[in-house]
Amino acid sequence: MKFFSDVFHLLGRQWRLTSRMPVFLVMSIVQPIVWMLLFSQLFSKAMAAGFGEGYVQFLAPGIAIMSSLFGSGYAGMGLLNDIDRGVMDRMLATPVTRIAIILARVIHTGATAMIQSSVILIVALFLGARPKSALGFLTVLAAAALLGAGMGGISHCMAILTRKQEAMFAVMNFTMLPMIYLSSTIMNKGLMPNWIKNVSTYNPVDWAVTVARSGFEGKVWTQTVGEHALALIAFTAVFSFLSTQAFKRYRAAM
Amino acid sequence: MNNAIDVRDLTKTYSGGVQALKGLTFDVREGEIFGLLGPNGAGKSTTVRIIVTLSGATSGEVLVDGINVSADPQEVRRRIGYVSQNTTVDFLATGRENLRLQGQLYGHGGAELDNRVDELLRLFDLAEAASRVTQGYSGGMKRRLDVAMGLVHRPKILVLDEPTTGLDPESRAVMWRELERLAKQDTMTILVTTHYLEEADRLCDRLAIIDGGRVVAQGTPRELKATMRGDMVQVEIAEGHSVEAARDLLNRTDGISNVIVEGRMVSSQAMDGARMIPALIAQLETAGLPVSHVSMSRPSLDEVYLSITGKSFEKADAVGGKKQ
Repeated sequence: MKFFSDVFHLLGRQWRLTSRMPVFLVMSIVQPIVWMLLFSQLFSKAMAAGFGEGYVQFLAPGIAIMSSLFGSGYAGMGLLNDIDRGVMDRMLATPVTRIAIILARVIHTGATAMIQSSVILIVALFLGARPKSALGFLTVLAAAALLGAGMGGISHCMAILTRKQEAMFAVMNFTMLPMIYLSSTIMNKGLMPNWIKNVSTYNPVDWAVTVARSGFEGKVWTQTVGEHALALIAFTAVFSFLSTQAFKRYRAAM
Repeated sequence: MNNAIDVRDLTKTYSGGVQALKGLTFDVREGEIFGLLGPNGAGKSTTVRIIVTLSGATSGEVLVDGINVSADPQEVRRRIGYVSQNTTVDFLATGRENLRLQGQLYGHGGAELDNRVDELLRLFDLAEAASRVTQGYSGGMKRRLDVAMGLVHRPKILVLDEPTTGLDPESRAVMWRELERLAKQDTMTILVTTHYLEEADRLCDRLAIIDGGRVVAQGTPRELKATMRGDMVQVEIAEGHSVEAARDLLNRTDGISNVIVEGRMVSSQAMDGARMIPALIAQLETAGLPVSHVSMSRPSLDEVYLSITGKSFEKADAVGGKKQ
């Protein structure tokens, strides 16, 4: 089917573009590693109590999810670049499946998040973190990929709605940091104020972190993981769909 | 025989209320090079965008190879190769990768596509640079790659929006030679918009001049120029003397028509320029209007444009709005 081959070829384009930006590649890996080192040092004394096997063990899946969030939030930038440069027009003048243009980007965002998070987990191994099972390790990657794709969807929606890189940046910056702090990414739920705990129930980042952390601890087949994974899948599906709708609107307005 | 492109009563009003096209009609015949001329803001790009299915018309009809653009855009896309105004190559991909992906988006692949890509790389003198990332290409090379990408699926109709704008004169000449060759070799129809009247004059079989969202003149370059009888005479009035007085004087002179003032230059049309000029200069000098420069030419498309729209092409271009 043309749809699948279109997605495949456009994904190939994305990989190529990403792989030829070595600085971007290196930074997207180095940054979360720095966070992990920084947070684990900064909070080492404060976190001595209440984190069982140590803070790094707790932090590793959290940072994997955090990097997925930050890596995906600006994904819409590439789309704006294509639009501004006329590359989008060139593609739209071909019989390429319209929906493939946007879905290839969303999939690429999720896949990139997955690769990033796997590198982060490997680094975490050296810092002393230990996933309790191979399946647990994969669960973290899956959660990162889902959150990445969903955030990629939001980012592409924002890019199309604002049509300005600066505006898209502002919106995403404004949402992403609170999403981290209103979740259990770096803080144990038991140590959170009640209101944050309540808010975090509605936060996709927290869903992803909950799935990732439970998995990392080897508790994959649990109700908690099931519920949060479902919510996360719904989140990803909804925003992937919305990004295709936003793109439809963009094309109709031309 | 079908027309390659039929444009009938096309109007386009943008959501902001700007009326870009106000009932545009022209047709492009199979196998010809058709030029769409006009200043920025005249509606050229809007017209092209509707023809290549990127934009919808407010009213009117466009048929490409007999197929209605709004009814079956996918079929139209397969028949058209589109080269837009600015280069749209992927900078981080090589020339070959750019061409391959473009072919894949049209559903091509395998050895057939490989051969086509090699052929185009050779044809457009990009074979040596084929494996280099296009970031390092010159402006002319990028533009040639753009055109090659427009041809990768062997379209029946090639649509180019200002293919030479922004190129240095040498690359421009190369580009037009390429287009000339394409038009001769294949039985391809080419629709091209341009700024450059001399080039349109040399290359196009027929052309339409657009102004303010309408076709104001249409025909072969020869036909258009034939509407201008006589010679074009330009006199420049010396600094500090009244250009308006010179204009009035010329307007009163028999055998002179279409007097237009631009800066210190007074252009006019004379039935027999060579015989007219000495008398004209004498008359102006007598009236106390010294002439600093005189020239005479056969009418070019520029004069056609000038007489139709009342403004010179360069001028109109400078004041014309930003393109859509």
